[in-house]
Amino acid sequence: MRDTLYLAWRYLAFHRVKTAILVGAITLIVFLPVGLRVIVNQSSRQLTARAEATPLVIGAKGSPTELTLNTLYFSSDVPARTTYAAASEVADTDLAQAIPMYVRFRVRDQPIVGTTLEYFGFRGLKLAEGRQMAVLGEAVLGSRAAEQLGVGPGDHIVSSPESVFDIAGVYPLRMPVVGVLEFTDSADDDAVFVDVKTAWVIEGLGHGHQDLSQPEAAAGVLRREGNVVVGNASVMQFNEITPDNIDSFHFHGDLSDFPLTAVVVVPPDQRSSALLQGRYQTAELSQVVSPTEVMDELLGTILTVEKFVIAGAVTVGLATLATAFLVFALSLRLRRRERETLFKIGGSRAAVATVMTSEIVAVLAVGVLLALLLTFLTQRYGDVIIRSLIR
Amino acid sequence: MIRIEGLRFRYGEGDFQLRIPELIVEPGTTTAFIGPSGSGKTTLLNLIAGIIRPETGRVETRNVEVSALSDPERRRFRVTTLGLVFQEFELLEYLSVLDNILLPYRIHAALDLDATVRERAGALAERVGISDKLDRPPRRLSQGERQRVAVCRAVLTDPPLLLTDEPTGNLDPLNRERVLDILFDYVRESGTTLVSVTHDHEILPRFGRVVDFRNFHSFGERAAS
Repeated sequence: MRDTLYLAWRYLAFHRVKTAILVGAITLIVFLPVGLRVIVNQSSRQLTARAEATPLVIGAKGSPTELTLNTLYFSSDVPARTTYAAASEVADTDLAQAIPMYVRFRVRDQPIVGTTLEYFGFRGLKLAEGRQMAVLGEAVLGSRAAEQLGVGPGDHIVSSPESVFDIAGVYPLRMPVVGVLEFTDSADDDAVFVDVKTAWVIEGLGHGHQDLSQPEAAAGVLRREGNVVVGNASVMQFNEITPDNIDSFHFHGDLSDFPLTAVVVVPPDQRSSALLQGRYQTAELSQVVSPTEVMDELLGTILTVEKFVIAGAVTVGLATLATAFLVFALSLRLRRRERETLFKIGGSRAAVATVMTSEIVAVLAVGVLLALLLTFLTQRYGDVIIRSLIR
Repeated sequence: MIRIEGLRFRYGEGDFQLRIPELIVEPGTTTAFIGPSGSGKTTLLNLIAGIIRPETGRVETRNVEVSALSDPERRRFRVTTLGLVFQEFELLEYLSVLDNILLPYRIHAALDLDATVRERAGALAERVGISDKLDRPPRRLSQGERQRVAVCRAVLTDPPLLLTDEPTGNLDPLNRERVLDILFDYVRESGTTLVSVTHDHEILPRFGRVVDFRNFHSFGERAAS
């Protein structure tokens, strides 16, 4: 048997390109519907679990899906802005805990999540190393974000401009990393958490610069109008908040008008939840969404699409399978003389059959094995794929 | 060595019919089958080898009635008792020269491929002048080299009977002589019986006996010698 398998192996190795193409085709035929099913199951589980852990989300009127995905998964599609006043209004009702969220900026590919310390308690996030953010400008990283950025406590990160041509827009802020969170296998692992005010500084709503009342800043004074000092373009703005310059940081305008992408609302019971939802039903500028409902709707769409995709994959698969078997049949025909030679020399029936069918058996076996391996990898790393797709 | 009695054979519904009342090939002799195309030379070779079976009559080789053996027994008989050389060489394109030579040992459990066999394969290759090409695929050999590989494959099991079907039909005169030298040297040294089908009358003087199929193919009753 070993000798016959050796001959089979030599045949496959000699026709390696044809073998590889056939193996690839069989792998895809098996993997596409199975892998898709695994991905959909995993995404359903994952989307549902995080949605169920997030009772309500308040945001500006617009797409509920965009609002939910940005709030739960920090997706790059930023919903219409609401204001900090929305968080204050919820807090003032005493019906729920209100956690402000501002998810707009990024450090390379990692989302910057501007929020408050309450978010960490709400999600049950614990520090793996370092400490919690304590002052303006500090950042705490999710485990994967720390790994991706290659930083830890004591290192610094810089917020990324929103586009290459964003000269006058978002201000790159250098932030010290003070802590890294434990791995949670959720979107929080990818996030760079900062205080919501730090996110506003990145937006340019708050800033720090030279004290123009000091003599060394005289060159930056454009004019003085009573107690008001007007600076010129040479006034140096700080791009990092340090203990030395933190006092110079200030915000212009009313904080309640400052932007948020959402407010996560955590009511203590069903009654409070119902009351809150009732209040927002008639609101003109805001909406309250239940992430569970949004995700159910989204999953319904995904499942419908999945059915079409699987039907398409199966159809293409059957056509490919038919083509593969045509190739096998032609191959067997082409090997007729070889079969006759083996027979004439005295090859046993089993040996000749093994050598002749080795191509079909090996291609099918390796194709199915590879498909199983891909399915296993999809199962193992599917959540990462899903999160990267949601981003 | 080979005894044929009352043999009759025909292919399906065709007109062709081979009838041989009696033919005996003595052990250790060299015999050439000649005759026009379609006269049944290759058919007789296939009958002697047990590749096909006669309608009636006996085909006995080395005291074994080949025509009475079952298919597995005939396969075993061929791989252990016969060496076959074909006009088109019939080497497997996906095997190296060495693997082609070793082929009989890989396709039947009756033969055991061990170090001795490998050594013998190497020695045969050395003898026919292809030892430096053992790793090559057949497509990178000349016609003459390919037939030398086929001869090595046929004699590797040290068979008592060598059947060759136009072994020099595709070779130029130089290679023809070289392959024949190899075959006849081997036959002389080992005492192997050689039966060869050929159209090439120039090589007939090398054979101890010539059987002309014109004398007895379809309706003949007499074996010529």
